Amino acid sequence: MSKLEIIDLHVGIDGKEILKGVNLEMNTGEIHAIMGPNGTGKSTLSETIMGNPKYEVLQGQIKLDGQNILEMPVDERARAGLFLAMQYPAEIQGVTNAEFMRAAINARRAEDDQISVMAFLKKLDQRMAFLDMTEEMSERYLNEGFSGGEKKRNEILQLMMIEPKFAILDEIDSGLDIDALQVVSKGVNEMRGANFGALIITHYQRLLNYIVPDYVHIMMGGKIVTTGDASLAQRLENEGYVGIRDELGLDIKLTDDESK
Amino acid sequence: MTEETTMPQFEEYDYGFSDDVQPVFSTGRGLTEDVVRAISREKKEPQWMLDFRLKSFHAYEKMPMPDFGPDLSDLDLEHMLYYQKATDKQYRDWEDVPDKIKETFDRLGVPEAERKYLAGSSAQYESEVVYHNMREEFEKLGIIFTDMDTGLREYPEIVQEYFSTLVKPTDNKFSALNSAVWSGGTFIYVPKGVRTDIPIQSYFRINAENSGQFERTLIIVDEGASVNYVEGCTAPNYSSDSLHAAVVEVFVKRDGYCRYTTIQNWSKNVYSLETKRAQAMENATMEWVDGNLGSKMTMKYPSVYLDGEGARGTMLSIAVAGEGVDQDSGARMIHAAPNTSSSIVSKSIAKDGGAVDYRGTVRFERDSDGSFAHVECDTIIMDDRSSSDTIPYNTILNGNVSMEHEAKVSKISEEQLYYLMSRGISEAKATEMIIMGFVEPFTKELPMEYAVELNRLISYEMEGSVG
Repeated sequence: MSKLEIIDLHVGIDGKEILKGVNLEMNTGEIHAIMGPNGTGKSTLSETIMGNPKYEVLQGQIKLDGQNILEMPVDERARAGLFLAMQYPAEIQGVTNAEFMRAAINARRAEDDQISVMAFLKKLDQRMAFLDMTEEMSERYLNEGFSGGEKKRNEILQLMMIEPKFAILDEIDSGLDIDALQVVSKGVNEMRGANFGALIITHYQRLLNYIVPDYVHIMMGGKIVTTGDASLAQRLENEGYVGIRDELGLDIKLTDDESK
Repeated sequence: MTEETTMPQFEEYDYGFSDDVQPVFSTGRGLTEDVVRAISREKKEPQWMLDFRLKSFHAYEKMPMPDFGPDLSDLDLEHMLYYQKATDKQYRDWEDVPDKIKETFDRLGVPEAERKYLAGSSAQYESEVVYHNMREEFEKLGIIFTDMDTGLREYPEIVQEYFSTLVKPTDNKFSALNSAVWSGGTFIYVPKGVRTDIPIQSYFRINAENSGQFERTLIIVDEGASVNYVEGCTAPNYSSDSLHAAVVEVFVKRDGYCRYTTIQNWSKNVYSLETKRAQAMENATMEWVDGNLGSKMTMKYPSVYLDGEGARGTMLSIAVAGEGVDQDSGARMIHAAPNTSSSIVSKSIAKDGGAVDYRGTVRFERDSDGSFAHVECDTIIMDDRSSSDTIPYNTILNGNVSMEHEAKVSKISEEQLYYLMSRGISEAKATEMIIMGFVEPFTKELPMEYAVELNRLISYEMEGSVG
């Protein structure tokens, strides 16, 4: 079993503090969901865990199996077992999807123990079939000209190929139609097991109908303000963030309405 | 991003070895009329060629250095070797090639290429062709593929008809120099209607220190014929400067097709100053595929004169400039007939203080109704010490033409790096993948072996560039 711990995390970007003391502990075998209004720092949290250099950690720790990962560069964190399904995956011309995924898998293996082409293709074909992806997707350039849905599907394909300990899914449901949402959920559910944990970041309860979380955290004003089980998401659906905020007696200004 | 301390430093030039082959004949250093006469005499040339050389030499003496592009003031033309010959006979059978020379080719991978798919090979060593092999198929088809000296001896009428009709000695100082002292190069004639997909290949290599290499290539693709010519160049790494001043002339007749692919990987002391020109007649297609890595300075602007209605000309190039390298290259498309089209796609990478400039010309003559040109320049600058400029010259003398020009200069995208690294790929490998992806539109046009070699060369160039 692996453990990911976030302890009193404060993070800023461009000199502005976004996360103001986030605490979260998760184990493999668990699915956590983080919900929260716009501008509350959900994406900041996911990018900081992965190590995006744009974000500055002001205070606190992130530990993977007891080891502080804040000093590790992005690629090392990935090899240690973290994965971030991104909201806006980069497009890379001239690099095929298959070539990229093979490089990612081989980055985790010793020089003299690289995955064979046959073994790789077998795994790739199997995962792509599972996600209803056409074969030509593997030979297309990485995310180039992919539709929003194709990009998200491709993120899940990578997740299933790389098989990390912990996956963070940053608004994987945004811009997806119901069919794509089902496929993406199917992929994540397939990964579910004792050696896999996920942190699902979403605005909407809808995704959680397909991927039922063990824990739901609500984030507001750069902090996790309350934690519950799957029913919390349902409550949120009924009461809205304002309802939860007032119930908790929090003095947080919700920027959601203004930003829209 | 953190420092990658285990990264290997900039690789030694990979092919920077030199052999102790004693030339059989050399004119010594410097250039005089006597040297020009000696070259012609040694080659037992006809009078018209000697006259041509002498006329060119006198033009060369009078002509100024180019008034644009990189600074050539360190180029020491006084102390250069202008002609030398490594062996005094030509070899057709690989077994007969002297071991020393063979070793050089071995290290360049020529025999391997040969085994796999070489259709006919003439590999230039020093200034003469020492190894020449032509596949029976070419002979059966009537394709002439030989070195230029042999071409002049055996096919004087064809040579005399075309030689120097596209590139005049007075075109520029280095075409004049080449015209005076040219030696070696390739001669190809493809008869009417003969089409072959097998690439014809040739390797070039400068070996002796300070030796100039002035090859002269003449390709004639007759009506409805096609040819795919591939030339690869590598040179050993010497301490003082070497000059490569080639002249290439390509004639593509009506409905003909020619693709001319070059990969140059000169060591970082070579001046590569070339004049390459093609003429495309009615509905003919001329394609230049041009890869330039290394050299100290490159000035090269292959051109296509679109002289027949419906003629097409394309240029696809990649230039990589590292430390101490100045790549000034581009293309020239001259639309001189109606409904002609041209496309220039130039990709460049500058790093470690290298300079890579695109200098190109598109010209629509009065009689170019309905013609179209597309120019696309795409550059990656890897660090703040490196530079790139795009210098397009466009002349439009006809109102009914269209032209597109796109230019983009960027750095390695942080977003792309982050994305690849977030999947566990190291920064160095991620950078390499992005660069390889950037040059992919070029490499995919190359024969497989060249693509592999180019990828390997670029990957060497990129090592040590991160962190």
